[in-house]
Amino acid sequence: MSHFRVDIRRRAEEVVALYPRPRSAMLPLLHLAQEQDGYLSDEGIAEVAELTSTTPADVRGTAAFYDMFHLAPVGKYVVGICTNIACLLAGGDELLEHASTALGCSVGGTSDDGLFTLEETECLADCNFAPCVQVNHRYVRTTTPEAFDHVVAELRAGTLDHDIPSHGTLIRVRRAGGLHASRAEVASERRVAIAARDARAEEAK
Amino acid sequence: MATLSAPRIVLSRTEFADSHTLTRYLATGGYEGLKKALTMFPEAVAAEVDQASLLGRGGAGFPAGRKWSMLRKAPISYLVVNGDESEPATFKDHLLVERDPHQLVEGCIIAAYALQVSSVYIFLRGEFALGLERVQQAVNDAYELGALGSKIFDSEFSLDIVVHPGAGAYICGEETALIEALEGKRGFPRIKPPFFPAVTGLYGEPTVVNNVETMSNLPWIISNSGAAFAALGGGRSTGTRLFALAGRVNRPGVYEIEMVKNTFRDLIYDPQLGNGVIGDKAIKAIIPGGVSAPWFGPELLDLPLGQDEVAEKGSMLGSGSIVVMDETTCVVRAAWRITKFFSRESCGQCTPCREGSGWIERAMYRMEHGGGRMEDIELLLDLCDNIAPGLTWPPQQTTICVLGPSIPSSVHSAISMFRDDFVAHVEHGGCPQ
Amino acid sequence: MTEAVRSMVTITVNGRSLEAAAGELLIEAVERAGTYVPRFCYHPRMEPVGVCRMCLVEVEGPRGATLQPACFLKVNDGMTVVTDSDKVKKAQDGVLEFLLANHPLDCPVCDKGGECPLQDQTLTHGSGETRFIEEKRHFVKPVEIGALVLLDRERCIQCARCTRFASEVAGDAQIAFAGRGDLLEVATSPTQPFDSVFSGNTVQICPVGALTARPYRFSARPWDLEQIESTCTTCAVGCRVAVQSSGNRLTRVLGVDSEPVNHGWLCDKGRFVIDSIDGNESSTDPLLASTRITTPLVRRNGAFVAVSWGDALSEAAAILRRGASNPNGVGAIGGAALTNEGAFAWERLLRGVLGTEHLDAQYGDGLDAALLQALPRATIDEASRARTVVTLTGDLREELPVLFLRLRENVVRYHRSLVEFSFGASGLTSVATVSLAVRPGEAHLVARALGDSGAGVPLGLVVGEEELQRARDLIGETGEDVVFVVGRANMAEQSAVMENALRTLAERFPRAKFLPALRRANVMGALDMGLAPQLRPGRAFASDAGRDALAQLDALRSGEQKVLVLLGGDLRGNVVDVVGATEALERAEVIVVTGHGGSTLAYADVVLPAAVQHERTGTVTNIEGRVSAVSPKIVAPGSAWPDVAIASELAEALGQSIGLGSVEEAARAIEETTSYPALSVLGDAANEGIVVGDAGARTSRRPLDPMAFPGIRSTEKVGLGAPSGATTVPRVDASSAVKPAGWDDVTAGRHVDVPLADAYSLRVHLSRRLYDDGVAVQGTPALAGLTAVTVVHLNHIDMDRLGASTGDVVTVTGARGTAHLPVALDDAVARGSTEIAFGSVDGDGHDVLRPLFDGSQVISQVRLDSK
Ligand SMILES: Cc1cc2nc3c(=O)[nH]c(=O)nc-3n(C[C@H](O)[C@H](O)[C@H](O)COP(=O)(O)O)c2cc1C
Ligand code: SF4
Ligand code: FES
Repeated sequence: MSHFRVDIRRRAEEVVALYPRPRSAMLPLLHLAQEQDGYLSDEGIAEVAELTSTTPADVRGTAAFYDMFHLAPVGKYVVGICTNIACLLAGGDELLEHASTALGCSVGGTSDDGLFTLEETECLADCNFAPCVQVNHRYVRTTTPEAFDHVVAELRAGTLDHDIPSHGTLIRVRRAGGLHASRAEVASERRVAIAARDARAEEAK
Repeated sequence: MATLSAPRIVLSRTEFADSHTLTRYLATGGYEGLKKALTMFPEAVAAEVDQASLLGRGGAGFPAGRKWSMLRKAPISYLVVNGDESEPATFKDHLLVERDPHQLVEGCIIAAYALQVSSVYIFLRGEFALGLERVQQAVNDAYELGALGSKIFDSEFSLDIVVHPGAGAYICGEETALIEALEGKRGFPRIKPPFFPAVTGLYGEPTVVNNVETMSNLPWIISNSGAAFAALGGGRSTGTRLFALAGRVNRPGVYEIEMVKNTFRDLIYDPQLGNGVIGDKAIKAIIPGGVSAPWFGPELLDLPLGQDEVAEKGSMLGSGSIVVMDETTCVVRAAWRITKFFSRESCGQCTPCREGSGWIERAMYRMEHGGGRMEDIELLLDLCDNIAPGLTWPPQQTTICVLGPSIPSSVHSAISMFRDDFVAHVEHGGCPQ
Repeated sequence: MTEAVRSMVTITVNGRSLEAAAGELLIEAVERAGTYVPRFCYHPRMEPVGVCRMCLVEVEGPRGATLQPACFLKVNDGMTVVTDSDKVKKAQDGVLEFLLANHPLDCPVCDKGGECPLQDQTLTHGSGETRFIEEKRHFVKPVEIGALVLLDRERCIQCARCTRFASEVAGDAQIAFAGRGDLLEVATSPTQPFDSVFSGNTVQICPVGALTARPYRFSARPWDLEQIESTCTTCAVGCRVAVQSSGNRLTRVLGVDSEPVNHGWLCDKGRFVIDSIDGNESSTDPLLASTRITTPLVRRNGAFVAVSWGDALSEAAAILRRGASNPNGVGAIGGAALTNEGAFAWERLLRGVLGTEHLDAQYGDGLDAALLQALPRATIDEASRARTVVTLTGDLREELPVLFLRLRENVVRYHRSLVEFSFGASGLTSVATVSLAVRPGEAHLVARALGDSGAGVPLGLVVGEEELQRARDLIGETGEDVVFVVGRANMAEQSAVMENALRTLAERFPRAKFLPALRRANVMGALDMGLAPQLRPGRAFASDAGRDALAQLDALRSGEQKVLVLLGGDLRGNVVDVVGATEALERAEVIVVTGHGGSTLAYADVVLPAAVQHERTGTVTNIEGRVSAVSPKIVAPGSAWPDVAIASELAEALGQSIGLGSVEEAARAIEETTSYPALSVLGDAANEGIVVGDAGARTSRRPLDPMAFPGIRSTEKVGLGAPSGATTVPRVDASSAVKPAGWDDVTAGRHVDVPLADAYSLRVHLSRRLYDDGVAVQGTPALAGLTAVTVVHLNHIDMDRLGASTGDVVTVTGARGTAHLPVALDDAVARGSTEIAFGSVDGDGHDVLRPLFDGSQVISQVRLDSK
């Protein structure tokens, strides 16, 4: 029934359990859906809608608010190049143009071999390595056309596979550990502590 | 030259290659602040932070201690940590989450203890793939260590931290939009009133939202006392602060320096800091605190890096990012690119912000690429005025959040400081450079 | 239940001080004082969001005067507001200019042109000149986002009215914002069209022409439309509507913002059904639902012949005389399609002239009429403000859509409680505080368990004790401020089960009130006019022994009854045992009064064409007992007559007079002989009507807000002048002649014996759908395509036992036969039962379901076998 693979579905259910309301899990779930399919497929969206008790239109509309979610298939590597102010001052536009030629795809497009999708991004918060480049949201810190070509060659050769998983995979560290106590118990402890604190504040007055 | 005698408070271990590991953290005083905090009453911890006069590092600069104590009507239910860092040319939180995630986690636990909340959500920008993994690992390690979970370090205090990934939307840095995103919705900022999440926040409950850097200061403050922190800096701007320096400088980077004791010039020119402008060119203008801030000309370079000092001159220190534009920079292009950013990142709710940003962006594009008309200069100013009436600072707003009134800052600055450049663009039929 | 009186505060607006209720929205407070603030996103029936920023005004605050949205700010004491300063004007002009920047300005080809809030405010506030020379935003022009609605994103001003309606009011966010910033757009999911039963409301409240309705598109220009206010009689909620026509063609129905009833909302069936009224001139076969019957028909040598009224009436009179010569030879079924006046006239004819006691406006699918009379009645408003609402009925979203909206609002917006007797998937389940799972044949047992906390859950029920206890807590000891909404959830279960449950609840919770959820048009009015055994006009009770509809069908089959008058043309579409009903029709002489064709007419001997809704005048009564006026917008086609006239003339043909020459005379007779409001409502047709038994509580009409409900012209004046005679509010307390049924009179539901379920079978829950194979939907081209498809719903336990999965076709065996139908997983269905939609059709458009059932048992069962 489920479109998610067994492991993704299990992780999805774990994520939902982390929040008081299922809808809160929307963004992490969409990332998971993207991890499985590389983009947000209709089936993935439907499953997120089910897990969050919302409608497909609502999930899709919410996803479309966020740049990292892709509603259509993208390349194995999504290359993002920043042209915002710091990168503009360091030649971001020129690097973007170079990348477009080097990858053989327009900005927003995907190369014919399906390997690369090129995006012009807003500031990626790595301005000391301007112009800033990310591949699948991993910083590659290649600021010159030559360095860029080198990274592209490595990506093609697969030598960066360990550092840069294919598009969609975001957090590879699984949550381990948790509160290991009933929420009700914690809440009641907290109430006692707050009451004690307020009593002390009262006294101090 | 710059005053660099202050201790490093948040960047004390970033030079180690393994600064993100628990081993390194424990070897460099990690979790001592938390252990100390747990021996204190929660309100004493809060008082220490209050005494430090730690100004929020997210942009608004509201004192953290006051946010924790004064704004609340009811006990705070949630602590939310803002790690969305998307303000252009701001990259300090990026450094903290990747290079010292345990410090952030410890800070969160201390704050949670002071506030007596039992859930913390750390909202991190989705593009921080590595940062997300490192913070999640730090949280996992902290559970393992007993610094998180039930009965932390055998105290009566229990806490859960959830790392929540964003997904690429600048507006989610605005605290109410961030809360919406945490609730799984579009990042539409909430309309005010209520003015503070501390009144109505996550799930409608009282919530404190603080920035990553703000949190990262807490272990040091508790270990070394609020007074020690307050002894640094000057005026209301106490302590050290991270400044992200970018643009046409020789050494762009994140620098931790004492506030007020140093000036913009120190930051830009000190060899240990920015080390001067590329090719020794003259500075044309600087953006003192993120692209929302009105620009400064070179005549203000000797202004101290202090919140009030910058505010007095009609701009803001904001997120602590400083962009240097030199004489080779086309200000029309710079202002156009910043407006393009706002038009992409406007959430789209408010008409003036949504339509205003798009209109100004398109008109600026015309100006830069040929097709500018003389009357466009006044038109641009009037459109700016329709978004932020009076074009004053701090701005008046016609919108729900302050992204709207931030749109005019760069265009208005560029036109009022460099009107001739605009005229030249019109006359030349595009960028003369 | 009076809401706490809100304290008053004083605010200063443009230098004048005025009184406002504390917490009231500023935009509403200043408007009452005559100061109009322009707006777009604000809508009085939804939570404010303050996004368009058109309503900015200056409000004095700690940081001086700042621009604040008047639609979002709540007034507080001492607030100082300026709405007309230069700064306000500049801000508002700025917003308007921004809104128009990307707007295509294609008004000449836009449906909204001429009644467009954006156009109107541009004319009053705009500068007339555009400074925007950039390329406008472009989107693919109208996208079909559902069967009924098209979206033109270039015209959208992102006011969020439609998306808020969908998520906040209807609770089905099938349209939602997508994207961000400059590219924020309204969108649907490619996998889920906008098929909400409320989609038309988004078209109505869209302040521009971004959302348009397929049936209305390009059909008229607003200035060519004439309008009358009326009451929708597609179902029994009785929404107030503005009916508009161009010439003698109905073009559009819009919801009127009626305070006690529909708040401006309508369901798509009520809104779009007009095409079945004057649509298909090409359809002439009387056996088709799409055919309007425009002339009297008489069967000659097996075929219909169009005849004059005179001939048809004498033919009908002859049949009735023949029938009446036998004791108990004549009976009548139906009447919900009539106005109160028509029902009154028919009652006089049938009881008075023909002397028959066998009348029934229901088809065996309702509740005992005397029992309904005995239940303390709640209004829709009471139900929508009750502390706790308990539903024992089918899916209200499908049956009484606008009532669903009102009840949902009570939970979602006012945070009150809802207990649902859950018979299967329903629109309310997701918001219900507690759902009590009920299988066919169990409602009375669950009701008993609910009333008796000591007894525990009887063995075999699916409901859990924990849920029962939560429900008991929400209802309280006496049922004070609790409303039970009661109908017939299951067409395949005899009424005795539900009637027994209702008796139990009414006795157990003496302070609770009940709101009947009967669905068919004016069924409540027809019952109040005496079209049922044991009832008399004016909500009176009489202990006679007439046959109800099912008993009449039995009597026809056995030959005891010879003649059947059908007041409404769709008997076959309304009964479960269609085989039995057909047999009865075959044996009887049948006179049908109807506006529409349909398969039942194959058995008619005389067909008398009637005017239908929007073609006639009169009064109708909705589920809460509110009597309101219906008004004609167009002239009925051909020689169709209003219902009062048909009854009167038929009486004449029988050589007698019922003394009701016109609708006004009938209304006067109703009011004078029974004190039931009729003439006084007719004389004041634009009012909210009168609730029977609650004469004091006349609600006044909200002033029309053209910004909120564009397209509706003033609703103050309607076509009918005040008729002469009584227009004062009548006394509606029962006169000595009129005694409603008391509990002792009610025999229904005293006992019920549910046979043991057979372990190899599943109990059947036949649910209702809004879009069924009845004449209204089938006669409306835009809706016919939406007719429910027959699917056998099972929960996963029964699905596993069957070894089938969703989409598989299985063999379904019922009392009368076998069919092959697809199954689908649905865990809202209780184990051991199956839910199937009554009135659904298979892939070829055939009803293969009804022929399976005979309705002879209290509950029906089917056996499923995988192929
Ligand atoms: C448009 C906008 C963007 C913002 N972006 C961020 C951000 O990326 N990170 C951040 O910490 N605060 C950001 N803020 C400020 C937050 O709303 C909030 O004031 C801050 O997180 C509070 O933390 P602090 O008190 O520790 O500074 C932003 C505010 C606005 C209006
Ligand atoms: S709910 Fe009923 S009365 Fe209201 S519009 Fe729909 S069909 Fe008509
Ligand atoms: S913001 Fe008030 S009407 Fe839209």
